[in-house]
Amino acid sequence: MNLSGLENDRLLAALRGLLAAKNLVSAAEIAERIAATDQASPAQGAAMVARAWTDAAFRARLLADGTRAAEEFGIMMRGAPPLGVLENAPGLHHLVVCTLCSCYPRAVLGYPPFWYKSVAYRARAVRDPRGVLAEWGTVLPEGTRIRVVDSTADYRWMVLPRRPDGTEGWDEPALAALVREGDMVGVTIPRAP
Amino acid sequence: MAEDDTTRPRAHHDLGGVAQYLCEPVDTSAHSLTDFDREVDGLRQVLGQKGIMTVDELRRGIEAIPEAEYLRLGYYQRWLRSITAILLEKRVIGAAELEAALAAET
Amino acid sequence: MSGAAPPLFAAGARVRVRLDWPEQRGPAHIRTPHYVRGREGTVLRPLGRFANPEDLAFARHAPILPLYHVRFDQRALWPEAAPGDEVVVEIFGSWLETA
Repeated sequence: MNLSGLENDRLLAALRGLLAAKNLVSAAEIAERIAATDQASPAQGAAMVARAWTDAAFRARLLADGTRAAEEFGIMMRGAPPLGVLENAPGLHHLVVCTLCSCYPRAVLGYPPFWYKSVAYRARAVRDPRGVLAEWGTVLPEGTRIRVVDSTADYRWMVLPRRPDGTEGWDEPALAALVREGDMVGVTIPRAP
Repeated sequence: MAEDDTTRPRAHHDLGGVAQYLCEPVDTSAHSLTDFDREVDGLRQVLGQKGIMTVDELRRGIEAIPEAEYLRLGYYQRWLRSITAILLEKRVIGAAELEAALAAET
Repeated sequence: MSGAAPPLFAAGARVRVRLDWPEQRGPAHIRTPHYVRGREGTVLRPLGRFANPEDLAFARHAPILPLYHVRFDQRALWPEAAPGDEVVVEIFGSWLETA
């Protein structure tokens, strides 16, 4: 049947009704998934970043196996794709994109933001990463090379940004509050106020 | 030597580096998800957990949407279109019963 | 392509992505982006083994294939790229050959 031109809310309602009548998918099961997914947010990734900035052993575990490190934070990783963590360093900046669809480390960052799913971001990030960073006003230190990571297959990738100067002695919650969603994708870099 | 990407027979969802979008600005503003978005996302998750369809099938169904429509549809509208097409293809649902369910929703 | 065991590459191996367009031959689901096909890169590290999405997408039996993180100089992909910038892509072993 031709699906183009169907009104979306009507199609969703019809499909849900049909799947419920067949005892395949209930409204309660969908609601449970929505509630679970809504719990994931960039605050989880930010907490992991702050721990990595203050605890060298955790940082090593995070870089070696992001999935197990996330589980240390009580994040449910069973059934989620493996998490890889990309460490920014002096002279090296990471930027994550999915040019084919919108693969995103949802378990630790939540739903992907609108821009991450956009045609412009997907097309430009691998070819004009500096121009893309400029859209956020992000300018990297001179001599920094960019490693764009195109998330094409089974891993999901999160950036471990560099700890900002001027945050010596800060505790984990204060550091975590500095870290935004875009810092963990690589479009922005965290800054101390 | 890098040839112009118009010479490469790429699929329309395969967007990396495609020249026609290089001058398009990125809309960096925050967009909230709608109830529709969350419900399609949740439905997809349940279908995956139950082994009714895989995420790879979802992607194939999205990629099968004709280019003009792919670019016009919203993100979760593509998902819903794909989910419906895959469930029809796998005979999890039938076209006639979907037509009837659609008629009942008007 | 299916059937033959794909070669195993170690970190540092020079590889070439097969110049192939299965999507031109019929319904397909390909996770190797167009812009790296036929290009040479370097294996950063093996990422483990995963079921082939090209088969999962059609609910077919999916062989388990090695997956690699492969680094490309952006200059080798697009002439206007800044020197030193890179793109790293996850690529299944079935798409890679020794360069």
